[in-house]
Amino acid sequence: MTAVRTLRGPLLLTITLLVAWQLLHQWAGDSALTAPLPTLQHLWEMIGQKRFAPHVTETGLAFLQALAISWIGGVGIGVLLGGHKLSGEVAEPLLVGIYSLPKITLYPVILLLFGLGMSAKVAFGALHGIIPVALFTMNAVRNVNRTYLRAGRAMRLTPAQTVRYILIPATLPEIFTGLRIGFSLTLLGTMLGELFASQRGLGFLLMTAIDLNDVQTILAIAVLISLFAVAASSILLAVDRHLRRGAAPEDAGR
Amino acid sequence: MSKAGWIRLVILAAFFGAVEALCRSGAISPKLVIAPTAMVEAMVDLLGSGEMNDDIRQTLGSVGIAMGLSIVVGFAMGCMFYWLPPLRRAVEPFLAAYYSLPHFAFYPLLIVIFGLGALPLIVLATLFAMVAMIMATLTGLDRIPRVLIKTARMQRLSLPAEIWHIRLPAAAPHLFSGLKLAVTYSFIGVIAGEFILSTSGLGHQIAFAYDNFDNKTMYGLILFVLCISIAFNLLVFAYERRLARQRGL
Repeated sequence: MTAVRTLRGPLLLTITLLVAWQLLHQWAGDSALTAPLPTLQHLWEMIGQKRFAPHVTETGLAFLQALAISWIGGVGIGVLLGGHKLSGEVAEPLLVGIYSLPKITLYPVILLLFGLGMSAKVAFGALHGIIPVALFTMNAVRNVNRTYLRAGRAMRLTPAQTVRYILIPATLPEIFTGLRIGFSLTLLGTMLGELFASQRGLGFLLMTAIDLNDVQTILAIAVLISLFAVAASSILLAVDRHLRRGAAPEDAGR
Repeated sequence: MSKAGWIRLVILAAFFGAVEALCRSGAISPKLVIAPTAMVEAMVDLLGSGEMNDDIRQTLGSVGIAMGLSIVVGFAMGCMFYWLPPLRRAVEPFLAAYYSLPHFAFYPLLIVIFGLGALPLIVLATLFAMVAMIMATLTGLDRIPRVLIKTARMQRLSLPAEIWHIRLPAAAPHLFSGLKLAVTYSFIGVIAGEFILSTSGLGHQIAFAYDNFDNKTMYGLILFVLCISIAFNLLVFAYERRLARQRGL
């Protein structure tokens, strides 16, 4: 029963979106928006074609590399800055400042520095993702309740045990939220990077389709990426909720 | 200024000093990065010559409209989702995944619906920025301390009074971060749209300069866009500070 209840909302939303898509198609016509069913058939056809696979691999590889850099780099930076008070104070406004810049304006600079190709896409994706991960990790490390650490010392935990039984459980939920947001932003950055000056990848296919006004392909690719994004985000969100399930509400004890 | 503030200033000065020195000495080729002082010079020249005035007006106008719309509509929708939990449960996974959707794929559709020109870009940027505001509004309303609402009930405040005196001020910090994100995302939406699919505006001029290896113009324009967005963020930040001080924080 609970499964039905949790799935009801998203299911209704999917149906609403499909109906809206169909209605918009009726209104705007084939040249602007193809109907849902033919588009999905076209997507299925495209996935079956041989020339499609290398593009997906290219995008996937770029995204995975960017994601690895933003997750590992972000957590590393966050732990360092969270653990050392002064450097955290120095760096936080800088990070927040960079986070709120419209980074898209910097893409030509990235292209000049990294050249055309894979590395520029990876750099641009990582640039988007690494800062939120670092900020969330920093806050998580900084906000570890000192009482837990003192309790650990009273029980004579070794440093390894302190990390295993106190630091990781205390920081994980917050860090995971950062990882989740970093995931979305890395995907956004990688896709934006592929749209300009790229010769391979889903973004390149999308741009070619836009230039040719091949609406069916545009929508098919958009649906493919959206499906991936929504599925991955839902899984990450579910894990996030699961991690936070035992935690006290944020304002408890204040 | 605090100790951390001074260190930050020194780091920034050292960073730009180093880039300047490397560029001037030729260690970094001017084909990649031009010296920071040259960027400032290029920006001043571009603004002084007035040749970019139309593009600047167009881009900033679009960003301004998109920003206003996304903040107002985003706030309203955030409140609506907050009052209607079933609706919220339905849209939440969609909102969480929203920023990884390829918005620019829908640009051709917007052109067909809204015609060529600034309008599809404004719609694109508004759709892009609105969700940040929706999510910030939801977080802000979620995190109002229970005790404040109990106080409101004890004082027998009417619903409008409760919203105005208790709920909005309590949610303000989150609303402000939503505001800042909405500004950034409006910029991203408009400028990225202009990059790929426009024949005027600052984004187009930056892409055009990039294609023509005109680094002076490109860096001048990039600096200009960054300055505007930083200036706006500083304004919001200063207002936030003032508000926090009034509350004795």
